[in-house]
Amino acid sequence: MRVLLSGNEAVARGCYEHGVKVATAYPGTPSTEILENIVRYKDDIYCQWSPNEKVAFEVAMGAAFGGVRTMVAMKHVGLNVAADPLMTSTSVGGDGGFVIVTGDDPGMHSSQNEQDNRYYAKFAKIPLVEPSDSQEVKDYVGAAFEISERFGTPVLFRLTTRLCHAKTPVELGERTEVERKEYEKDTTLRVVIPAHARRLHVKVEGRLKEIAKFAETSPLNRVEEGDPSVGVISSGIAYQYARDAFPDATFLKLGLSFPFPIELARKFCARFETVYIVEENEPFVEEQLRYAGITNVVGKEKVPLCGELNQSIVARSFGGGEEPDRAAVAPRPPVLCPGCPHRSTFFTLNRLGIGATSDIGCYTLGVMPPLNGIDTTICMGASIGNALGFEKAIGRDFAKKMVAVIGDSTFVHSGMTGLADAAYNKGATTVIILDNSITAMTGHQDHPGTGMTLMGEPTTKLDYIALAKSMGVKDARRVDAFDMEAVKVAIKDATDNPETSLLVMEGPCALMVRKTWTKAFVVDTEKCTACGMCLRLGCPAISRDEDGKAVIDPLFCVGEVCGMCAQVCPVECISAPAKA
Amino acid sequence: MQRTTNVFISGVGGQGILLASEILSDVALAHGLDVKKSEVHGMAQRGGSVVSHVRFGEKVYSPVIAEREADLLVSFEKMEALRWIHYIAPEGTVVVNDQEIVPSGMERYPEDIDEGLSRRAPNAHIIDALALANEAGNARAVNTVMLGAFSNYLEFAEEDWKKAIEARVPPKTVEINLKAFALGREAGAR
Repeated sequence: MRVLLSGNEAVARGCYEHGVKVATAYPGTPSTEILENIVRYKDDIYCQWSPNEKVAFEVAMGAAFGGVRTMVAMKHVGLNVAADPLMTSTSVGGDGGFVIVTGDDPGMHSSQNEQDNRYYAKFAKIPLVEPSDSQEVKDYVGAAFEISERFGTPVLFRLTTRLCHAKTPVELGERTEVERKEYEKDTTLRVVIPAHARRLHVKVEGRLKEIAKFAETSPLNRVEEGDPSVGVISSGIAYQYARDAFPDATFLKLGLSFPFPIELARKFCARFETVYIVEENEPFVEEQLRYAGITNVVGKEKVPLCGELNQSIVARSFGGGEEPDRAAVAPRPPVLCPGCPHRSTFFTLNRLGIGATSDIGCYTLGVMPPLNGIDTTICMGASIGNALGFEKAIGRDFAKKMVAVIGDSTFVHSGMTGLADAAYNKGATTVIILDNSITAMTGHQDHPGTGMTLMGEPTTKLDYIALAKSMGVKDARRVDAFDMEAVKVAIKDATDNPETSLLVMEGPCALMVRKTWTKAFVVDTEKCTACGMCLRLGCPAISRDEDGKAVIDPLFCVGEVCGMCAQVCPVECISAPAKA
Repeated sequence: MQRTTNVFISGVGGQGILLASEILSDVALAHGLDVKKSEVHGMAQRGGSVVSHVRFGEKVYSPVIAEREADLLVSFEKMEALRWIHYIAPEGTVVVNDQEIVPSGMERYPEDIDEGLSRRAPNAHIIDALALANEAGNARAVNTVMLGAFSNYLEFAEEDWKKAIEARVPPKTVEINLKAFALGREAGAR
């Protein structure tokens, strides 16, 4: 059967068809939907959300030690979190096949940087597989497991946002079971004391040479004949753009691009006066060619290094076509949704003149005007350490002017150690957990604070207050995020407290509770003085009419589950519609 | 080789753009064509500008449409039509919902959108999809109204569209969606 699958769905399907038994991940755009789709096969594949990518990686590694085909998925920056186990996972895969899926984000559609994770393959000295559409994704998952098991190595499987989210036709197949290999204790492989690790390093270098030989003739690397005067080398999604930009050219398409098939490339390049290299972000392929002394190539001197490519950018890079004539239109950035529980915290911080070190999640949108609620956002969990650092640099009183704001899922991911640090090192820090009881940014995934597993089973639920108390945070309390006065009082109290404080602002993600939405609030225009206080909430449902008075869009307002605008209005002109 | 058809759909997060592009892709796939459909999840859903690219034909490579190559540019919102107008091919067709959604962070809708649209897309088919959705019975059916409107400019039979809609939308809403599609198809033909 032929169906349309996104790259993420195709990874899940590939894992199913190729006998995977364990899959783990922490959600992150663009890779989130991989595990969300694997759960459809939960009768055959055990799958779980881990609190962060490092743990997901380690659980997966353990499963591979246990002898079954295992897949771990994460977004590109997630691999930074998992880099520690990655760099020493050299012998994993010899037991059960081990594939690491990275979702890179060229163009930074939903990320803080544009790192090209192909370099991780080189850095960790493991093979790199790069598919270029959903059918290849599904097929290459199988190829990646074969490489992993044949050479006893983890395999890095690199997707990018466009591959992850674009839907393209896939022919479905059946599942082939792969038997679990019996575990045998071997400390020389799995206990990396220096004496063992020295031997393992030599082994890894030898293995790379073997895989490089394999890559020279692997069907994952192929020449597509065309115009004998134009040669192009490409891989991944960039191949598709290059195909459209050079419809008639001869292509060397790379699907196994590290260790690099240098002789294949050398023979290919010798056929042409100039070879065009089309790759998104870094010159990963180009560097390997140039290092091997192949110089009749044109790549990053023409093709942009920053941002996402498409076929017209590729064509323009080599002199075809003009810049498009864009119309000047005001931006429409994403913002906190109507009914978002996070709004009260940023509104209050703004009114009290308090800044915030913040973190990665929906609430990063608190940086947008009119809330303007954020001073720093760097990476998962950074908010708490950043806040403590500010205080140590500028002085204890600065903690009254700068709080740490972090989401519930992010807190569990990498905020807990920060909180322990703040308490341990006697910070006056106020940490605010914006607890909407879900990983919201990526589309509502469970985590250890929600009480549910990926496979839909009720489980233990992390108690933030008890955790904080056990760390020595005496002032830890829950606050109703939809009660504007309570939010204000709590923030004032916590910032006045000379010790570390924790506020857990509780309110469910508006998108999780659609069934409780009621009719939109209404503005009594007779009473409205056009003061604009409600507009400072930055709610997408509120704008001004011709007289400057507030108008609430009934299609956007979620009604009585929120009501923040009614609470901040100084003349009480906003209310729930009278019940008829 | 049959050339690739490019349909570019834009609008605001929450308007149901992705469902419309799913249905279009289903129809094309059912005709045995190669289909690629691309959009980006994540940030874009939070009331931001959203686009979906759908390409179909005998063999499709890139999943995204290049600037100046959209045969059909459909926008669920006026500002979002103008924002992406450089994607339209010289002989392409533009279908726009006459709806104004004030971007967050702005207190009022910009005044120069109509003027810009009539300059850049003088032959655009402009329809009041919100009014037609309300007429069909639900304001959230704007997406199927738009689907009906732009279906006039693609060579698939009306029956194929209806089948694809029935297969995609929640069973309870089939009737409203089919009505919305019919109203859109009639309005968009003009």
